[in-house]
Amino acid sequence: MEIAITHYKRCVVIKTKGRMDGSNAPELKTAFKELIDKGEFNLVFDMSEVNFMASAGWWVLIDTQKTCKQLNRGEVVLACIDKGIQDSLSLVGMSSYFKAFDDITSAVGSF
Amino acid sequence: MQTRIFPGRFENLEEISHFVIQAAEKAGLDDSAVYAVELAVDEAATNIIEHAYQGEGLGEICCSFEIIQEGLKVMLQDWGVPFNPLEVPEPILGAPLDEIQSSGLGLFFIRKLMDEVRFEFSIEKGNTVTMIKRKKQS
Repeated sequence: MEIAITHYKRCVVIKTKGRMDGSNAPELKTAFKELIDKGEFNLVFDMSEVNFMASAGWWVLIDTQKTCKQLNRGEVVLACIDKGIQDSLSLVGMSSYFKAFDDITSAVGSF
Repeated sequence: MQTRIFPGRFENLEEISHFVIQAAEKAGLDDSAVYAVELAVDEAATNIIEHAYQGEGLGEICCSFEIIQEGLKVMLQDWGVPFNPLEVPEPILGAPLDEIQSSGLGLFFIRKLMDEVRFEFSIEKGNTVTMIKRKKQS
């Protein structure tokens, strides 16, 4: 799985593409953990090229969100969510755990 | 009814998805329902690998679908450890972030995304989960 990381002044954008499921969620977890270990707590997850997200992927994001929000250190925000993914997120009632933005500029600008 | 057998490995989840996506499209489900079927089947197959077989490459997943009048019926069968869904705690979504647990998240997704879900176990047939997604009434 390709994971691209771009550092901005106030946040870091992490981007991957394709499917996110039990086969590759551990790689995403490692990528987020490495950023957190370096003290990066303002994180944008760019989902513009993610077309499928299973609970294994959502759990990585929830777990990362828990760590980032501890002591108000920062948070994970989502950008460019595919409509199918957004629908399923709303249906299972998990959309309230993340701020979502329609484009990367707005997401980066939110920090 | 069409059936395919897949080795129980995470790398096969994408192929299982393709198999059920074409079934859901053939059944006339809309895009959102096709995604819901893909996600529910992925979660069910992941649970089989993680919980029924307790690891990758330890058994097979038999995936069948049937296009029915009201939509699509999908069945996943395995021969791993008997699965009792009542033993899986349901995550409390809507709860404060700190209180959410990963356990049971996949099963929760399946129940939310599909219109009917039934789990069965027998010595001869192993575990079978049967899921139905209905077409929206127009």
